[in-house]
Amino acid sequence: MRRVIRHRLFWPIVALLVLIAINTIARPQFIGITVRDGQLYGALIDILRNSAPLMLVALGMTIVIATRGIDLSVGAVMAVSGAVALTIIDASSDPTGVGTVAVAVLAALGVSLALGMWNGLLVSVVGIQPIIATLVLMLAGRGVALLITDGFITTVNSPPYSFIATGYLIGLPVAFLISLTAIIVIALFERRTALGVLTEAVGINPEASRLAGVRARGIVFTAYAVTGLLAGIAGIIYSANIRAADANATGLFIELYAILAVVLGGTSLMGGKFTIAGTVVGVLTIQTLESTILFLGVPSAQSPVFFAIVVIVVVIVQSPRLHAWARSAVRARARGAASDSSIDKAKVAS
Amino acid sequence: MPADVEVPPVVEMTGITIRFPGVLALDGVDFALRPGEVHSLMGENGAGKSTLIKALTGVYPIDAGEITVAGRRSVFATTADAQRAGISTVYQEVNLCPNLSVGENIMLGHEPRSAGGIDWKATHSEAAAHLESLGLQLDTRSQLSTHSIAIQQLVAISRAIVLDAKVLVLDEPTSSLDRGEVERLFAVIRDLRGKGVAILFVSHFLDQVFEISDRITVLRNGRLVGEYAASELTRAQLVSKMIGRELDELAALSSVADRTIDRTRTPVLRATGVGRRGTLEPVDIDAYEGEVVGIAGLLGSGRTELVRLLYGADRADTGAIQVNGKPARIHTPRHAIDHRIAFSSEDRRAEGIIPDLTVAENIVLGVQAKRGAVRRLRKGEADAIVAELIQALGVRPADPTMLAGNLSGGNQQKVLLARWLATAPELLVLDEPTRGIDVGAKADIQRKVAELSDKGLSVIFISSELEEVLRLAQRVVVMRDRRKIGDLDSSEIDLDGLIDFIAHNGSETAA
Amino acid sequence: MTAIDTRPKPAETFASRYSTFLRRHASLMPTLSAVVILIALLIGARVRFANFLSPGNLSALLLDNAYLIVLAVGLTLVIITGGIDLSVGSVMAFTGILCASLLAQGLPAFLVVPIMLAGGALIGLLIGVLVQYFNVQPFIASLAGLFLARGLAFVVSLSSIRVEDPAILWLQRTRWSVGGWYITPTGIIALLVVAIAFFVMHWTRFGRTVYAIGGSEQSARLMGLDVARTKILVYVISGVCGGLAGLLLTAYSGAGYPRNGIGTELDAIAAVVIGGTLLTGGTGYVLGSLIGVLVYGTIKKLISFMGAEQSWMQIIIGALLLVFIVVQRLIVARSQRRGR
Repeated sequence: MRRVIRHRLFWPIVALLVLIAINTIARPQFIGITVRDGQLYGALIDILRNSAPLMLVALGMTIVIATRGIDLSVGAVMAVSGAVALTIIDASSDPTGVGTVAVAVLAALGVSLALGMWNGLLVSVVGIQPIIATLVLMLAGRGVALLITDGFITTVNSPPYSFIATGYLIGLPVAFLISLTAIIVIALFERRTALGVLTEAVGINPEASRLAGVRARGIVFTAYAVTGLLAGIAGIIYSANIRAADANATGLFIELYAILAVVLGGTSLMGGKFTIAGTVVGVLTIQTLESTILFLGVPSAQSPVFFAIVVIVVVIVQSPRLHAWARSAVRARARGAASDSSIDKAKVAS
Repeated sequence: MPADVEVPPVVEMTGITIRFPGVLALDGVDFALRPGEVHSLMGENGAGKSTLIKALTGVYPIDAGEITVAGRRSVFATTADAQRAGISTVYQEVNLCPNLSVGENIMLGHEPRSAGGIDWKATHSEAAAHLESLGLQLDTRSQLSTHSIAIQQLVAISRAIVLDAKVLVLDEPTSSLDRGEVERLFAVIRDLRGKGVAILFVSHFLDQVFEISDRITVLRNGRLVGEYAASELTRAQLVSKMIGRELDELAALSSVADRTIDRTRTPVLRATGVGRRGTLEPVDIDAYEGEVVGIAGLLGSGRTELVRLLYGADRADTGAIQVNGKPARIHTPRHAIDHRIAFSSEDRRAEGIIPDLTVAENIVLGVQAKRGAVRRLRKGEADAIVAELIQALGVRPADPTMLAGNLSGGNQQKVLLARWLATAPELLVLDEPTRGIDVGAKADIQRKVAELSDKGLSVIFISSELEEVLRLAQRVVVMRDRRKIGDLDSSEIDLDGLIDFIAHNGSETAA
Repeated sequence: MTAIDTRPKPAETFASRYSTFLRRHASLMPTLSAVVILIALLIGARVRFANFLSPGNLSALLLDNAYLIVLAVGLTLVIITGGIDLSVGSVMAFTGILCASLLAQGLPAFLVVPIMLAGGALIGLLIGVLVQYFNVQPFIASLAGLFLARGLAFVVSLSSIRVEDPAILWLQRTRWSVGGWYITPTGIIALLVVAIAFFVMHWTRFGRTVYAIGGSEQSARLMGLDVARTKILVYVISGVCGGLAGLLLTAYSGAGYPRNGIGTELDAIAAVVIGGTLLTGGTGYVLGSLIGVLVYGTIKKLISFMGAEQSWMQIIIGALLLVFIVVQRLIVARSQRRGR
């Protein structure tokens, strides 16, 4: 059992450490942390702060994937969330007031939660394939965000709002603290309650879970609803950072990076057992990789090439074919494939 | 056509041995198929029937022995190899493409072509001709999925003709067919037999086997019991060879079946007329407190279908269920659980064990599912329940942190049983709880079932091992061809009598 | 022995002819409904805007969306096998900017075009190999393709590059008119792609194998079809279509732009689904995808005519997609319940 856990997180953590080591060798100030006015600064701190939106989205994605689903709409939900918040602030009489910001944030989160619940409804009640159900929102969501902002990029100057993205609390970036809180809350919720185990059961063997009396519908619905909420938070942080609601650019491709983070962390795309810690490591790895690429002087627009290579390497390594290149494993796969085939299921079912 | 031993076999399998991790599926089995003959392969679950067929059709590689086709030694690495050697298979789940037309399915890969690509006119007329040669006239342009399974099977057979099959393997072809469709299928089979095709017919419907076969081979526990001419075997003999006799290790439990049950009180479960169109004719069944009801019958008789309806895994079309005298709506497993009915499935791999979760997590799953996602069982409480059940059932290794998928079949079954016992049910429904399990584990489970029923738990269980049924149950419900044909008192019948009852009663043609 | 005879009989009632038609062509229903929707849209638009159906406008409808037609055709083949290709928009952008860049460096068009198509084919090949040999889910494999192509587009150039090559510009600038109708070489290329795909899907073994795989990959394999080669080939074809679409778009806009096609794969998927192809595979027609693109284009034109914001475009397409998916799901659920 212990070996399994070590197996799971071992390589992701090693990969992250190697990446950090390479960076440190190239620029020793990478791991340098300076303190100014009681606040921490440094490349590592930047990574912690900048990774917040991706971290939040990836957390939700992990749970959704565990139920054998996927959520492609997170980027669009981010855009809507930012649009709602900024439009409220922009339209209010006191854009710099804390009260206004609070109202804007709550409204944005409410809308995001509703969008997540919409996805949950489509998947768990109507029974639509997750990829399609969330594709709809992915398409329509940005349009909705554009409508909310009237097609413009709404900008605001609101110190309390910007504080969310750039401010500090107890010496650490607020954005990081938000994502840290989310990690802790989700981890506690999944592991302290039975939600995590039941989610895994549903993902690993939906039929056995059904026969065991597990109520899958509620679990799946909650997964999408929570993901929507997390995407909403991410959207607020993102828009607070650029002080604008850019419906087209917000969260562009973030779902892809989130999926990559989940996969890097060791959770299988086939659903079932998941690891929050793994996703955290995956996100930090992606963020560090991004930072490395930038440092190398590569324009950020070209960074997807590196990530493509990472994705390809990871999936090939995780691929069963690689393991099947052992000679005896070829035989096992013939039997395994045969026993998994519907032919066998038909026989057993009779 | 009488079995003619002078004709050389078109397929000869000698000394076939196949091993899977922990299980010897086939042990030195000999089997031969002769042209112009219908040969049936018989055996219960775990006998090795499907493994032998898979070896013949190139799905499984063999560990020992050899296969000869038309006199030449053949090694089948893939299903394509077997097909090329002239062995065509029609599976129970027809392996055609439902989205394509009938004619296209028949000719797929062999369509006649002209300068402008595939010649559809020629394709369809050729397909129609092949169907005609089997006495069928279908609209070859209609989509395959618009036809019944019976028709689809015939289309699959037509395709085999196109491929010039020497051997036709029919794997449970009649499970979804009604009487008329079976007649039509048999006419086609006889026709092919007349043309010299060797036909391997696999089915558990005894009547049909005797109706169509020239020869019968029986397997049991991976070994060959014997090959017989169909005309020389009686039904009772066949059943007895398939089921056989078990060692007397478990005879000590015979006292259980002798216990008297108070049937004047309200039964824990009363099901009247429960059935499901296409799978089960309406059945009545009761279970009283402390009673063990065994359900006996051969594979395909509808036993599993019945208990799945009682448990809500499938939804009944007809009938009503009463729990403790009050009408109960049981449409989903949750309903059953709320009525304190627990169910352990026949297919513990696909429908029971969650392999990537630990033994402990698997055991408390039922209890946890009942409590919902938020109220988690306290660790101390969970550990206590798990430890007690592991000990009571003798799960080996007694390690609650082990992944359930790594346990042997017998221990997985115990874990599954533990899951349900943890929910403190009133009625426990078990489908083949001791199938494919070593004798020691078998004894443990049977002992536990006896113990629990002593304490008042009602049990309904299915078993292919009639000795087990007679040993544990006070009453035996006998199923056959998806109907209940009898409700017997176990103290009034012995093994031979039960075998006889299964073989003869309820059939249209007495043997 | 005449056990059953389901052939159509000579003297028939309308009812029996209709039922025969359904048994043969049930999978055409979604596509037919797309045609109905298109006609309804066009008529509705005509009612609202008198000049909507002018020959000029209708010609523009085809030509403005020529690139999307080509993408949709390639995507249709992939989706029919039960897969998906998220990289098409990025491949279009990559090959487009590659084309512009190579032309700007002085390479002649007759060399550049094959290179573009080869580039698309290579990315498609990568995806196909990942899917077939490494058992990677098509979603993830094409995601990697998307990342790769998009990044490579920016590697070629960070900003747009104008195209001056007369051969390429000829593709878009030349017009052949009859009355008010006109067509350009790009339009002809798009229609040719549709025609070729139509032929391949219905008259070649390759096309029938594509359908067979979609119906049941296991059955197709057991029936002896070359499933592996076909599956890889459909992704290669999708990549080539991506390259071709890049050519069309570059000719159309007169420049290569690495930011092209962000989100286009979604529009293409929507068009394919609206055109009657089931995302579960096995059912679909390239002609249907053509209709789907025309529906898409009509809605886009309507929105611009109405002076509404382009953001409505995305919402409407999303909503339309949802409606189609739900209807598809209901049909599937109903036939499952009726099933054996």
